[in-house]
Amino acid sequence: MKMKLASLALGATVAAAPAMADLVFPSLSYRTGPFAAGGIPFADGYADYFTLLNERDGGIGGEIAQVPECETAYNTEKGVECYEATKDSGALIYQPLSTGITYQLIPKVTADNIPMHTMGYGRTSAKNGKVFSHVFNYPANYWDGASAGVNHFLEQSGGSLDGKKITLLHFNGAYGREPIPTLEALAEKHGFEFNAIPIDYPGQEQKSQWLQIRRERPDYILFWGWGVMNQVAIQEAANIRFNMENFMGIWWSGSENDVKPAGMGADGYKSVQFHNVGSDFPVFDDIQKYVVDAGKAAGAGDQVGTVLYNRGVYAAFLAAEAAKQAQEANGTSAIDSGMMRDAMESLTITAETMEAAGLPNFGPEFSVSCMNHGGDGMAAIAQWDAEAQAWTLISEFAPSDASVIDPLINADSAAYASENNISEGCS
Amino acid sequence: MFYREAGDFKTSYKDDNQTFPIKFDRYRYYAVLFVAFALVPFIVNDYWVNAMLLPFLIYSIAAIGLNILTGYCGQVSLGTGGFMAVGAYACYKFMTAFPEISIIVHVILSGGVTAAVCILFGLPSLRIKGFYLAVATLAAQFFLVWLFNRVPWFYNYSASGQINAPERTVLDIAVTGPNTDAWAKYMFCLVFLTFCALIARNLTRGTIGRTWMAIRDMDIAAEIIGVNPLKAKISAFGVSGFFVGIAGALLFAVYLGAAEAGDSFGITKSFLVLFMIIIGGLGSIFGSFAGAAFLVLLPVLLKNVLVGMLGWPTDLAAHLEFIIVGGLIILFLILEPHGLAQLWRVAKEKLRLWPFPH
Repeated sequence: MKMKLASLALGATVAAAPAMADLVFPSLSYRTGPFAAGGIPFADGYADYFTLLNERDGGIGGEIAQVPECETAYNTEKGVECYEATKDSGALIYQPLSTGITYQLIPKVTADNIPMHTMGYGRTSAKNGKVFSHVFNYPANYWDGASAGVNHFLEQSGGSLDGKKITLLHFNGAYGREPIPTLEALAEKHGFEFNAIPIDYPGQEQKSQWLQIRRERPDYILFWGWGVMNQVAIQEAANIRFNMENFMGIWWSGSENDVKPAGMGADGYKSVQFHNVGSDFPVFDDIQKYVVDAGKAAGAGDQVGTVLYNRGVYAAFLAAEAAKQAQEANGTSAIDSGMMRDAMESLTITAETMEAAGLPNFGPEFSVSCMNHGGDGMAAIAQWDAEAQAWTLISEFAPSDASVIDPLINADSAAYASENNISEGCS
Repeated sequence: MFYREAGDFKTSYKDDNQTFPIKFDRYRYYAVLFVAFALVPFIVNDYWVNAMLLPFLIYSIAAIGLNILTGYCGQVSLGTGGFMAVGAYACYKFMTAFPEISIIVHVILSGGVTAAVCILFGLPSLRIKGFYLAVATLAAQFFLVWLFNRVPWFYNYSASGQINAPERTVLDIAVTGPNTDAWAKYMFCLVFLTFCALIARNLTRGTIGRTWMAIRDMDIAAEIIGVNPLKAKISAFGVSGFFVGIAGALLFAVYLGAAEAGDSFGITKSFLVLFMIIIGGLGSIFGSFAGAAFLVLLPVLLKNVLVGMLGWPTDLAAHLEFIIVGGLIILFLILEPHGLAQLWRVAKEKLRLWPFPH
């Protein structure tokens, strides 16, 4: 026992070796477990973008960016361990890529003064910066995604959803349950009939859910799945010949991994996206040149240009931009997590910033403020072309229905504030 | 030489019946308590507490609870995760409904609620045995998780179904919530573990423990010599549920801070605790500690060695970790089917004879 603890201590100190001069962006990744199919490309993209900055530009503002990785397997307890193991190394920002871990970390990062960016996941009401001072979810959140999906269906059915049936097929966890209040409110507004069908972790078996769908015959299905359950759901939809035009996933259910196993059956499947798809951007040439060809790619290096890899790149890009703006604002290249938080709160992403980073038109333009940690909620719809084996955006980035979402965000964040005795900031 | 009964004279029945009859054991026990209460709180940091000590303490309580039911009374249970969820959600409801009452009371009450639920699901054990009971408790696991996901009242109607532990204090020192000092969490759980272990140890040494063991060894024979199986089994379920509920409440309130039934208290948790007592040793309090330590500390150790010291990729290390831990479990079960506690017993026997084995 003593031996064990002694070697543990040794291991812990080595793992948390402080690298004071560098900028540290810990990556709580999951390359194992049922959600690894989604976790691997994101983690690769996140690491590769920082490697690119180090190799091409000599880091951010002259400081080398470090991306220590810690495996969580989408498990909340391991996520806590990873957070504790990395937070003292000068961590600037956390992006756990798991709604469950996000919920654990929201109070912890606030107490430790480290910002957390939950891009398109996490607690939606974190958009209210008055309550959630250290949590950011720009450029879009789940409720924006739900609203964008409903808006698309609205357009598809000619301007009215009256009397239609929309089913939410969702992961039975925090992540999948997030959109339910919004969809309930939207159902009331647009007069469609809404019901939710949960899929339990990990979702490799969905016969009963799809039997229910066959019985109820919804006009449209919205899908909140992740990992293996995406492939299974799309295959099942193909099996019952559900019209793929009317089947739409959230951005976490819309990658190549999800649609390829169903072959031609998946043709026409849609997904909501908050950033662009494809590898037709200058930054990917640079990644190929400086990172992949140089043998420095994270993981197997075979994910470049896939939807989730792009999302990892986008997450890293937003973090790097915030770090740059923090360096400018404070006049020092060695920033700490508090400066990072302040910079994230005043972050502005314009077409020029994206262009300069080799990502023209990659995502919407947005700016963050103390009151609004979530951007403008712009989202677009992408569709899978099984013939060409490619995703393409079939709509412009459009705003979500703020008249429905904002009151819900205020109500949920107010409940959190009163439960935890938080007084509102941003006076 | 130094570890033996000889020379340690007992002059009263009380001395004769004490928990640790050998002097060396007694001093070792005091030494462990001293280190745990008086030294560790001053040297721990956040990482040690959150990654190793807290899970170890909390899972030890859960393992003691399950060991009473499975190890002492012979009733196999696969519902531990669900029962821990009962403790966690009960604690959450108490914490949010009665914020003015001390968290200590809440945790104990959560144990009581879990005991009641556990007794309810234990009733079938009077008619069904062995594997069939395991299936009945498995149903409890799935039913309870489904219930906590399904009924919004349990998670106070929050949008995502997550429960969050608000800040609560003991003697004006925060023990739950984000602004908690590492040592405070550690001490809070350690106090609970100490009391649970003391209660469990003494219960298993007395009449009630003997009736459990009689039921475990042969229930018909036990009935013939006058053991009431209803009382014995129901009390085992109740006591076990009490400890498991406390473990669930602490896991949610002190360790995780936020939880969700399916994610934090799924079937994997049931198996984890069951493996702990199998590896540690069925029917042994020490075994509960040893099993919890083995399954909590070993993965963290492996991860730190493989990723931290050798610098291997995290996914390779994670997969290797499964292989190594799994391999060790098989190895242990082949070499010592009675668990780590049996190794400990053998070591003590050897020590008694040392340095003059025949």
